[in-house]
Amino acid sequence: MFKIVRKEVLNPSVKLMEIEAPYVAKKAQPGQFIIFRIDDAGERIPLTIADYDREKGTVTIIFQEVGKSTKRLGAMEAGDSILDFVGPLGVASHFDGLKKVAVIGGGLGTAIAYPQAKHLHSMGVEVDSIVGFRNKELIILEKEMAAASSRLFIATDDGSNGNKGFVTDILKRLIEDGNKYDMVIAIGPLIMMKVVSNLTKQYGIKTIVSMNPVMIDGTGMCGGCRVTVGGKTKFACVDGPDFDGHEVDFDEAMRRQSMYKSEEKISNEKHECRLGGEVNA
Amino acid sequence: MPNMSLEKVSMPEQDPNVRNKNFLEVALGYTEDMAREEAQRCLQCKSKPCVQGCPVNVQIPEFIKLVAEGNFEEAYNKIRETNSLPAVCGRVCPQESQCEQLCVRAKKGEPVAIGRLERYVADWNMRNGKSKTEDIKKLNKKVAVVGSGPAGLTCAGDLAKMGYDVTIFEAFHTPGGVLMYGIPEFRLPKDLVQSEIETVVKLGVEIRTNMVIGKVLSLDELYDEGYEAIFIGSGAGLPSFMGIPGENLNGVYSANEFLTRINLMKAYKFPDCDTPVKVGENVAVVGGGNVAMDAARSAKRLGARNVYIVYRRSEAEMPARLEEVHHAKEEGINFRLLNNPTKIIGTDDGWVKGMECVEMELGEPDSSGRRRPVAKKGSEYVLDVETVIIAIGQSPNPLIKATTPGLETQKWGGIIADEETGATSREGVYAGGDAVTGAATVILAMGAGKKAAKAIDEYIRSKG
Ligand SMILES: Cc1cc2nc3c(=O)[nH]c(=O)nc-3n(C[C@H](O)[C@H](O)[C@H](O)COP(=O)(O)OP(=O)(O)OC[C@H]3O[C@@H](n4cnc5c(N)ncnc54)[C@H](O)[C@@H]3O)c2cc1C
Ligand SMILES: Cc1cc2nc3c(=O)[nH]c(=O)nc-3n(C[C@H](O)[C@H](O)[C@H](O)COP(=O)(O)OP(=O)(O)OC[C@H]3O[C@@H](n4cnc5c(N)ncnc54)[C@H](O)[C@@H]3O)c2cc1C
Ligand code: SF4
Ligand code: SF4
Ligand code: FES
Ligand SMILES: [Mg+2]
Repeated sequence: MFKIVRKEVLNPSVKLMEIEAPYVAKKAQPGQFIIFRIDDAGERIPLTIADYDREKGTVTIIFQEVGKSTKRLGAMEAGDSILDFVGPLGVASHFDGLKKVAVIGGGLGTAIAYPQAKHLHSMGVEVDSIVGFRNKELIILEKEMAAASSRLFIATDDGSNGNKGFVTDILKRLIEDGNKYDMVIAIGPLIMMKVVSNLTKQYGIKTIVSMNPVMIDGTGMCGGCRVTVGGKTKFACVDGPDFDGHEVDFDEAMRRQSMYKSEEKISNEKHECRLGGEVNA
Repeated sequence: MPNMSLEKVSMPEQDPNVRNKNFLEVALGYTEDMAREEAQRCLQCKSKPCVQGCPVNVQIPEFIKLVAEGNFEEAYNKIRETNSLPAVCGRVCPQESQCEQLCVRAKKGEPVAIGRLERYVADWNMRNGKSKTEDIKKLNKKVAVVGSGPAGLTCAGDLAKMGYDVTIFEAFHTPGGVLMYGIPEFRLPKDLVQSEIETVVKLGVEIRTNMVIGKVLSLDELYDEGYEAIFIGSGAGLPSFMGIPGENLNGVYSANEFLTRINLMKAYKFPDCDTPVKVGENVAVVGGGNVAMDAARSAKRLGARNVYIVYRRSEAEMPARLEEVHHAKEEGINFRLLNNPTKIIGTDDGWVKGMECVEMELGEPDSSGRRRPVAKKGSEYVLDVETVIIAIGQSPNPLIKATTPGLETQKWGGIIADEETGATSREGVYAGGDAVTGAATVILAMGAGKKAAKAIDEYIRSKG
């Protein structure tokens, strides 16, 4: 069993948890992920390692409640335990020889981009972080991102924070203003990563995206997580999750991500209904 | 007087049209009378030819004699001397090419039903056996085992009996390897696998799940933790795809993924269990081995109306166990032999709607001695399916090789290990099972685990 030692609510649907997992904490690197399972009937769910404390033996995860499993996890409290927590999985991000980088986070993707920004910043790389949210209420990790960046730009779709627009608008402006980025790291919804990659391709800036296909084992034994990169099939759990954004087939990835939509709906409805029942009882 | 019937006592089975809708075990097992009657067919040959066919040396005539006498407890102990997973082996060993192939009774009529008797005895023990704790003298020496499939479990069990402190590191959340995630419930009930694993744990073996070796700990770090030798039984989990167009469409699965969702994650209980699986009405399974049969029969049970096995050679070349092919046919699986997929066709929004196949004919024998299938020009046609399951083979997962400097492997990924001892190119590191041979059988993996246990014991003793 793996104990939840701390829980924080970052916005109405995004939660942070610190989990006791000394072996994972000892080996974790930015860019890697874990897979958890709440209980015996649960599914295996991947989440990025947002932070780790090797001394305390804990790993921090930040997740958005989007369906049954993340909602169930979100309903748990500090002191509770989950059944399985395995990692670190995937290839750690490689950042050698970089001087100036733009880190882009879309919504929850900000949480996944955060450890990368923090790591780069601590290596002395100049980091411009650009993060986008639907509205002001949804902004997460503002303080943390600011501390991990040379400059932080926050955009909202509806302009409720006074800065209306998309992350790509800001990135484009920064590039046009003459900022020379050795690399762009873009993490967020597939459509955002696709748009960013299309933009940076025009300027010839190397772009790394973090793919999040449906996974089960996370060790390369099922092939469910396959993505097409440069015309070749890759397994995101062992070859990634980071890939060259200019090579990824995003349209295929979007189709594959929606493979279980109808089943996820059933799971979610059943879950909500059970919750409702408990309230009435 | 031995029973001179030419045929095995037949074993009751669920009716094909009932069982193809449930996940309960197909074969129901012998009753006590049936077991004793079948045991009488054994001639108690002095030279024990059958034993030569068993990779773990089960003392076959001895245990069968005890069955004939109705002494099931002793029969169980006799089997357990050399085989730590008899309930599993009795069910899934390819007996026709192992022990039973060499049985003298097979010269005229059917061999003695060694597998069925082994199964009876193991099941009897689960119902009636008293768990006895073995008296083991501890050596205070630690050995690490990577992987809890049949190879790892056997190696761990044997070493524990010798007095070693053995820890198994397993990547998944449940131990058992293919026995848990691959072979379906209706052929090998999972409760039974777990209780057989319990008997290994009772010997003092510790199993640590959720430990992906190579990621969370490297082999070198295992040495730092005080393990004096390591056995790698990490299996052959890497699925192969065909490399034809359309393989990444929604609705295309590797057999590994399809079976893992169903067996390990219990997708057949969705939505009570959270992991979903898509089956569809029409399913094509590509391949002709046990894995293909299991995937096809699982799809049928999950409600598919038409399930096709698409295999590019003829029935004679199919690697699956005879019994499985026979069961699959009874259950209504449609065999498209001498057919080869050429591409998978998708809808505009990316879902499978068909698979193009070409008919084949057998030409000259190839390097494997099997006649090479050649495509018949112009014979392409489309099979209307929504799901395609690819079951054309697995190779060893590259994770351990990639993280272990100095561990030599074959080009195709198999760890290079001595056949008699399992010794690898790294001192103190032994390997066996599918990780070395590529996808093979449960009993060969167990045999390899057994040999390695012996070699590890000798190695550690030689170090003093
Ligand atoms: C490498 C990786 C890292 C990730 N990191 C984070 C993170 O740090 N924080 C975060 O909030 N989310 C992260 N995700 C996404 C997260 O795994 C999904 O949101 C989660 O699985 C949803 O499960 P659910 O049952 O709550 O929702 P569901 O309603 O079941 O699914 C909602 C959507 O989530 C995706 N999803 C469902 N099951 C899986 C699965 N087994 N594997 C992957 N995706 C799935 C699908 O796109 C699906 O449409 C990551 C995914 C991957 C692959
Ligand atoms: C669907 C299917 C049906 C089959 N049917 C039959 C049959 O009827 N009869 C028969 O004899 N054989 C059958 N086989 C073959 C048989 O199951 C295998 O040959 C046998 O299980 C191999 O045993 P193993 O111990 O070498 O590996 P596995 O059973 O594959 O076990 C390997 C274990 O190691 C773990 N592992 C892998 N990498 C790591 C790592 N890095 N760190 C920690 N743990 C790790 C895996 O999770 C797994 O639990 C079948 C196989 C399949 C897939
Ligand atoms: S373990 Fe397998 S090969 Fe050996 S006797 Fe039993 S059924 Fe036959
Ligand atoms: S060869 Fe057949 S008949 Fe002879 S001892 Fe073995 S099982 Fe019995
Ligand atoms: S999740 Fe199974 S291979 Fe990647
Ligand atoms: Mg879900």
